[in-house]
Amino acid sequence: MMSFLGLGLLPDLGLAGAGEPLRFGLTPIFLQERHALISELRAYLERKLQRPVSFQVRDSSHGILELMQRQQLDVAWLCDCPYVTTHPEFRLLATPWFQGRPYYQAYLIVHGQDIKTRGMADLKGKVFAYTDAYSNVGYLTPRYLVRQLGEEPNGFHRRTFFTRSPRKSIEAVAEGVADAAAVNSYIWETLQLQSPALTGMTRVAGRLAEFGFPPLVAHQTLSEKDFQSLRQVLLGMARDPAGQILLRQMNLDGFGDPSPAYYRNAEEMVRRMQDGRDAGL
Amino acid sequence: MRAFDLSLRHKLPLWGGMLIVLTALLVTGSNLLQTRENIKRNMLARSEILGRAMISNLYDDLVNDDVWGAYERITAPARAEKRQPSFQIQSFIVLDENHAVFVSSEPRRHPLLTDLAGLGPDFARLKASLAQSRGHTRVVEGEHILLGIPVVAEGVTLGTLVVVHKADYYQPSYLRILKRTAWTTLIILLILLPISWFWGRRMAHPLVLLAGRMSDVGKGPPEPLPERTYPHEDELGQLFRVYDRMQRELRDKHAMERQMLKADRLAALGRLTAGIAHEINNPLGGLLTAVDTLKRHAGPDPVTRKVLPLLERGLIQIQDIVGALLVEARAKSRPLTAQDVEDVHTLLAQEARKRNVEWTWENTLSGEVPLPATLVRQLLINLLLNAVRAAGERGHVEARIAMRDGCLALHTRNDGRTIPPELMEHLFEPFTGGNEEGTGLGLWISYQIVQQLGGDIRADSREGWTAFSVSLPLGEA
Repeated sequence: MMSFLGLGLLPDLGLAGAGEPLRFGLTPIFLQERHALISELRAYLERKLQRPVSFQVRDSSHGILELMQRQQLDVAWLCDCPYVTTHPEFRLLATPWFQGRPYYQAYLIVHGQDIKTRGMADLKGKVFAYTDAYSNVGYLTPRYLVRQLGEEPNGFHRRTFFTRSPRKSIEAVAEGVADAAAVNSYIWETLQLQSPALTGMTRVAGRLAEFGFPPLVAHQTLSEKDFQSLRQVLLGMARDPAGQILLRQMNLDGFGDPSPAYYRNAEEMVRRMQDGRDAGL
Repeated sequence: MRAFDLSLRHKLPLWGGMLIVLTALLVTGSNLLQTRENIKRNMLARSEILGRAMISNLYDDLVNDDVWGAYERITAPARAEKRQPSFQIQSFIVLDENHAVFVSSEPRRHPLLTDLAGLGPDFARLKASLAQSRGHTRVVEGEHILLGIPVVAEGVTLGTLVVVHKADYYQPSYLRILKRTAWTTLIILLILLPISWFWGRRMAHPLVLLAGRMSDVGKGPPEPLPERTYPHEDELGQLFRVYDRMQRELRDKHAMERQMLKADRLAALGRLTAGIAHEINNPLGGLLTAVDTLKRHAGPDPVTRKVLPLLERGLIQIQDIVGALLVEARAKSRPLTAQDVEDVHTLLAQEARKRNVEWTWENTLSGEVPLPATLVRQLLINLLLNAVRAAGERGHVEARIAMRDGCLALHTRNDGRTIPPELMEHLFEPFTGGNEEGTGLGLWISYQIVQQLGGDIRADSREGWTAFSVSLPLGEA
């Protein structure tokens, strides 16, 4: 049940500290090369919050995490980073809903001409593209699965390398640099809509796991009042015509209240991998 | 007829044309070969510059084991190449220290970690070459042209950037130049070939003319070459001058031979007539004496009286003719004076007036000239009488009498009909004359007088005028 549906009317009230911008951090993968969308989102938030909003876009989750830790950001949205949910300084703000559920999947993708690969077991000795070491789907999940096969993640593949973004992982597989990669289903499906030529060169060989959709997190230092107004704006987007247009462009259904339960399996995986000294941090 | 027997008229232009075409082909060909090498080298040099520009970043990528970073770096120029080929680069391959593929811009063709030698024979050769390169760029040519640029920083080699070109990577640029050069050569040939043709024909023309004239030598006196056939001073010019000289000498010789033949004939004729005249003259004297005696002592027989004068007149006429034929040079005479010449003028002026002929008279003699007056006067009268008769009504006659080079020069000239050449040939023979008024002996006698005085007489007649020139060496009077 989508919790945001039960919210009352969105208060279009001026928020405190109108001159002080709300600092928003993003990895670009949500809005691949779509600067117009980012500025539309920013304008939407500014209008709703009655205060300036600034966006910081970084190539990698790592860059955004750093800015958050240095308190240079109030809110961050990292598509595929399992660490934000357990980070002591961060609060869960909202969970995006995708294809009717607050979940996304880890797709194992191979080149379109590779019709044999069914799962991770078939990729022993192959070239595998990781996203980055902070990525859940792009790094932890495939290593976790290798471990579950009873193999050592380092050395299972003949060669691995980092692409620093899920889109580039898809490119690496499409162009044949890597034999396979694991990517966020939301990103693959969204790209399928935006650039079908690229995703068309890849094939989803398997669905590795399902995780709670990466949430927006706020820094603990963000005031409760700001936290709540932003939360209400986000949760109200699905019922607001302008918000609906933006959500459609983002290929999302809307935002809902986050539940820690969504993220339990990811946290469990992180814990297990850390026990195996393989967190990559 | 074989090719080498062709007339120079064709051979010179042909040879010239062939040489020009051959030269053009050789020069263009060698230029093109050179250009091809240059293009090949330039394009390789450009590829190397492009590759070297990427080296330091690739070094970082290799240090960081950043396959994707290196891939993005090498695909950017490779994509630009696909859009608009300028380097004619097929692909970039980054090799690690062990010459295995670190990443390639064509990953499906060159999969990661493939050993370089496994990519093909050219690559195997490159690998062998790189093993000894010590940080220098290596080029291998085969199916592909491979440029191996070591990825070096501060003396540490971490890998190699291989720039792969198709073996004919320079072909498009080369073909463009080839086309341009071909057009230029064609235009140059179109300009040079007609010039060569013209020059060859010009060169051959006098030679052909000369050859034609030379082959006519022997058939008669050779014709002179047209003026300025070949006015230059080279060997060919010398040849033409030699021909001219030879031609002149041959003509002179021919003329001299004819002159001598004529003189011989006239001399023989002179001897014959003189002999006959003598033989007639001796009995003629007796006959005249006999007639004279008869006149004085004969009876008054009317028949005799009637016949004797007839007989006498006939004999005297014979004596006149024989006398005319017997030009007696040794007959005693006084030396010629200017007055003698003026007397001739006076004598003939009447005849000229009668015929309405205009005179030009020029006598520069003075004092005595040691030549027999009677003979010279007779000569001058003969020539001028002829001239006045030939000039005709309202004609013009010129006479110049002067001393020249120790000789007496008589020169007459008149308008009137030109003497035809066939008549010129026998002009000085007796009874040849073109006019009906004279005895036909005037010129013959003139010739005899000149001969006996050891002089020279020439006639010239053309284009409506006729001239006689007499030159008499001075001697005893």
